[in-house]
Amino acid sequence: MKIHQISLFVENKPGHIAAPARLLAEQQIDICSLYLADTQQFGVLRLIVSDWRKAAQVLEASGFTIKVTDVIAVEVTDQPGGLAAVLEALDGAGINVEYMYAFPIACNDKAILIFRFNDPDAAIDRLQTAGFNLLQSGELLEK
Amino acid sequence: MATSVLEICAVSAPDFMPSGDLRSLQLQRLKATVERAYAHVPLFRDRMKERGLAPTDVQSLHDIARLPFATKADLRDTYPFGLFASPMSEVVRLHASSGTTGKPIVVAYTQEDIDVWSSVVARCLAGCGLHRGDIIQVAYGYGLFTGGLGAHYGAERLGAAVIPASGGNADRQIMLLKDFGVTAMCCTPSYFVHLIERAGEMGVDLKKLPLRAGVFGAEPWTESLRRCIQQDTNVEAFDIYGLSEIIGPGVGCECTCHDGLHIFEDHFYPEIVDPESGEVLPEGCEGELVLTTLSKQAMPMIRYRTRDITSLLPGVCACGRTLRRIGRIGRRSDDMLILRGVNVFPSQIETALLQVEGTLPHYQIILLREHGLDQMEVQVEVTPQMFNDKIGALQSLQQQLQSALDHILGIRVKVSLVEARSIQRSEGKAKRVIDRRNL
Repeated sequence: MKIHQISLFVENKPGHIAAPARLLAEQQIDICSLYLADTQQFGVLRLIVSDWRKAAQVLEASGFTIKVTDVIAVEVTDQPGGLAAVLEALDGAGINVEYMYAFPIACNDKAILIFRFNDPDAAIDRLQTAGFNLLQSGELLEK
Repeated sequence: MATSVLEICAVSAPDFMPSGDLRSLQLQRLKATVERAYAHVPLFRDRMKERGLAPTDVQSLHDIARLPFATKADLRDTYPFGLFASPMSEVVRLHASSGTTGKPIVVAYTQEDIDVWSSVVARCLAGCGLHRGDIIQVAYGYGLFTGGLGAHYGAERLGAAVIPASGGNADRQIMLLKDFGVTAMCCTPSYFVHLIERAGEMGVDLKKLPLRAGVFGAEPWTESLRRCIQQDTNVEAFDIYGLSEIIGPGVGCECTCHDGLHIFEDHFYPEIVDPESGEVLPEGCEGELVLTTLSKQAMPMIRYRTRDITSLLPGVCACGRTLRRIGRIGRRSDDMLILRGVNVFPSQIETALLQVEGTLPHYQIILLREHGLDQMEVQVEVTPQMFNDKIGALQSLQQQLQSALDHILGIRVKVSLVEARSIQRSEGKAKRVIDRRNL
């Protein structure tokens, strides 16, 4: 249920995302999702890719500072209340959302929410009990 | 391969000379050095005459305080050969500094000087627990810089197997370390940190190699950097001290007690002086290290102002060497940056950065002038250990670094987190300060 997400430290300067993107392209690694969290001076580029092991290896070998973190992908209906329903399922369990991002899927009316939780196992338990569809990385790639 | 105890003792024997014998040897050699310089070096003779002094005025070691100082400017002013006390027919080697500020300085050696130099470096290495059978990789630059050849000759004199790798090409350095089973490395500490980093990227676990000692010098480094190096490798890190003007590496070195650096006093006479007044300070007081060569032939140096700030340590080292020790050199009086009226030393910045857990420092200091006011920016590379993909965690790291720096320096500086390997690596002495103030 956990998806290995690759986070990359980047300085907030022109051209600094191009280099890792090119490296992944050269290795035929597909980027399934991407999110950039930024401050004025630096940012963290978060990537879910088709082959995280290879991506981590390629990026590390080229001197990038990376971290592999476990995130959870939840599929919801792309309509008002979709996110709220997920968060409500977690209520009262002391589970904290460390960060999240979301993207819609063009071909149907679904959206995918990516979460990093302080306690991913407890979150998986809660969400599955509530009947949410948690995606594997392979499924994410097909979307 | 077998190393006899006798062999180790033979190299290090002078380190254990009874103090009384050492002082009389020093006096005898000091007198000879002053006579030689007076006879052959016009600059020294003129300065002695100005003070109404003759070589015969040196009757005790205390009389050294009456002699004039020598400075780096003297070497520049007499460029290239003005301070030589030997004719070129007796000189067998010339070295020169990189000369970042105008003319380089030139130093000369007779065969006897080279022999002394080799023997003091051999004594350094022996003090670090190295001996015949060790494989020593020398990654100081070979060439005009004294580091490479100095370490090389000393390691050969010790009887070790020497790999003259010289500086640069980190991948090859690591290949040699691994394939040749190198047991000791001689290089600058910042270059070794670079090699640790590169080895990690190459998937080479330095802890699995036979490498057990590092003899690091040519730039000031800190106790916390030693801890970092020793955490990441099985390398026992030793501090070696020297300067071309005196002989090159090998003026002093730590022993396995790591409690200061023993000065090879049978060849170099140390004093600590007040950097302002030039007055000799008592044992234990911090001041500028002043060195006098006691056996140099080609270029005797009398009371050379090193600009290195340290103290003579009181007491005797547990190793039993009778040689006096200096404290580790954390700063040079000419390294000092003055920022908005506050004195700042790069080593303080290193200490501050290392206080914050998990930072193996690749850092750089940028000096800027904004709206007429000097600003300092400390750029710190984000290592995998420091990196957390939560923005908040990175911001709090930046905050911690900021407050450690504010606390130690007493002024506000800007901290920037930068990408790994974005700061240029040096293959010799690390260039820590970039001054963009256009002063």
